[in-house]
Amino acid sequence: MTTSTTKSPSTHPPSTHTAAPAADATTAKTAEGTAAAKNASPSKSSQRHTILRKKTGAIALALPVPLVFLALWQLGVQQAWSLPLGIQMGFLPTPVEVARRIADFAVGGIVNDAFSGTLLIHLWASTQRVLAGFAIAAALAIPLGVLMGRSRILNDMLEPGLNLLRPIPVTAWVPLAMLIIGYGDMSTIFLVVLAAFFPILINTVAGVQQVPVRLLEAAAMLGTPQVQTLYKVVIPAASRSIVAGMRVALGLAWVILVVGETVGISTGLGATITQARDMSKTDLIVAGMVIIGIAGFLADRLLVGLIKVLTKGRPTLT
Amino acid sequence: MPRIGRPRPAIPAAIRINDLSKRYGGPDGVLAMDGVTLDIPAGDFVCVVGASGCGKSTLLRILAGFEDATSGTLTVAEEPVTGPSPERGVVFQDYGLFPWLTVAENVAYGPRQSRLQRDEVKRRTTQNIAAVGLERFANRYPSELSGGMQQRVAIARVLANQPSVLLMDEPFGALDALTRSTLQTELARIHRDTGTTVVFVTHSIEEAVYLSNRVVVMQGGASHGIPGHIAEVVDVPLGENRSVTSPEFNEIKRHISSLVHAELTTTATE
Repeated sequence: MTTSTTKSPSTHPPSTHTAAPAADATTAKTAEGTAAAKNASPSKSSQRHTILRKKTGAIALALPVPLVFLALWQLGVQQAWSLPLGIQMGFLPTPVEVARRIADFAVGGIVNDAFSGTLLIHLWASTQRVLAGFAIAAALAIPLGVLMGRSRILNDMLEPGLNLLRPIPVTAWVPLAMLIIGYGDMSTIFLVVLAAFFPILINTVAGVQQVPVRLLEAAAMLGTPQVQTLYKVVIPAASRSIVAGMRVALGLAWVILVVGETVGISTGLGATITQARDMSKTDLIVAGMVIIGIAGFLADRLLVGLIKVLTKGRPTLT
Repeated sequence: MPRIGRPRPAIPAAIRINDLSKRYGGPDGVLAMDGVTLDIPAGDFVCVVGASGCGKSTLLRILAGFEDATSGTLTVAEEPVTGPSPERGVVFQDYGLFPWLTVAENVAYGPRQSRLQRDEVKRRTTQNIAAVGLERFANRYPSELSGGMQQRVAIARVLANQPSVLLMDEPFGALDALTRSTLQTELARIHRDTGTTVVFVTHSIEEAVYLSNRVVVMQGGASHGIPGHIAEVVDVPLGENRSVTSPEFNEIKRHISSLVHAELTTTATE
C-alpha cells in the first residue's frame, strides 16, 4: 500500500470551498483505511494487562466501604446502639449470626430447625414466580409498547388509561389480588406481572419513539414492508431502551415477590421471611433479605448476559 | 410498484416530473415548491442546486416516495411513484446505516429483502463492497468506520439493489474536503459503470458541475415569499475527465453562481 504523497493530478474533483488540488484518490482511501485499522487493533497482551490492573484497582476501591459497614453493624449490635427513628440495634442479629443462618439455610447441620437446608426449595419457588410474571409482562409490554410507539392513534387511545393505572402501587393491589385470585402462586405471579409491566412498556414506547426517521426511510427504500420494519428496524433500534426497561422490571419483580409471598404461601423466600417474623427469628429474616438481594443481582446479570448472547454483542443505537 | 425477486442488470429509468407542487400544513399551509416540470432521460446524471429552502430536498424526497406531491404528476420508468421502492435507491447525508449490522449485512439487506437466492445475495454483496473498496472492512460495524467509509457502505447498499434510479441528498455534505473529492471521483466512475440515472442534490455548485450532465438551478423558498421553482436547467457539455481549473468549467460554474446569487442579492436589497 504505497502511495505517492504529492502527485498533482491534471484533473481532480472539486473540494467544498476551494478549487486547490487535493491528494489523489488512492492516497485518501488508504489513509482512511489505515486509520480505522489502527484504531481497532491495539496489542492484545497490553490490553489484557491494563484490564487486569483496572480490575484489581476496582476491587481495592470497592472493598473498604462494605467492610466498615459490617464492622459498625457488629459493634452496634454488641453495644445495643440506639439510632434515629427509634432503631434499636440490639434487636438485630450480628453479621456473624446472619452468615451462620445462611449457611444453615443452605446446607443445614448448624441450627437444625424447619428451615435448615431448604434454601434451594424456597429459592426455586420464588425464581419460578419471578420468571413467570416477568415473562408474561415482557410478552405483553414489548409488543404493545412497539405498537404504541409507532401508532399515534393507539398511543392516544391507551396512554391516558395506562398512566392512570400506573401510579397505583402494586402493594395496593395485594388485598384485591387475594380476593379475586385467592391465596397461592397465581396471585403472586399476577402481582409480579403488574410490577414488571409498566417499566417495560414505558421504556419500550420511549425507545421506539426515538428511533430515527432516517432508519425507517432507509428500510423503506430498501424494500421493507411496514410490518417487517417493526422487528427488522424498530426493535433493534430501540433495544437499548427495551433492555433498560426489562432490567428495572426484573428488579421490581423481586421486590414485589416478597409482598406477594407474604400471605397463604409456605414456600418461597418471601414466605420464609414472613414465617421468620412470626417466629421472631431475626437472623433468618436478614438471611432471607440477603438471599433475595443476591438473587435479584444475579438475575440482572443473567438477563444482561443472556441478551448479550442473543444479540451476539452487536452494537446498538446510541 | 417494485418488481421484487428477479435478479437483473440495472436498467436506468427516465424520470418525468410534470407541474409538481408541494404544500406543507394543509390547504392554507406554505407552498414549498410549485410548478416543477423536468424530464430526466434514462442514464442522466442531474444535479440540483439552489440556496437553502429552495425545495431541492423536497423534490428529492418526493422522487424517493417519502412524501407525496400536493399536485402534479411524477413517473419513473413510465410508472407513477406511490412510495419508496428498491428501484429508487436513496443515499442520505447522514448515511442511515443500520448500526447493529456489519458492513456486509448492511449491503446484503436489500437483496435479502428482495428474497434473492443466497448465492445471488452473496455475489451482489461482495461485488458492491469491492466496488467501493471496503473488502477489508466487510465484517466491521458502521460505528467503527469513518464518515467517508460509512457513506461508501451506504452507496454499496443501494447499488446492491441494482436500482434504476439513484437519489442522493447532499451525500458528501458532511465529509471533509479530501474524502469528498475521493468519493466524487468514485461516484463518477460508478455512474459510468452502471449507467444508472442519478439525481444528486448539493449545495456546492462546483460539485454539481464536476459530476453532472445537467444542473437544475432552483430558486425561491419560504424565506423569499415565493415557492421554490426551477430557474434554469444548465447543460454541462464537458467530457469524462473534468478539470475544475479549465475555462469551460469555470464559465459554467460562473453562470450557475450568478443565478443562485442573483436571487440572494435581490432579497438582500428588498
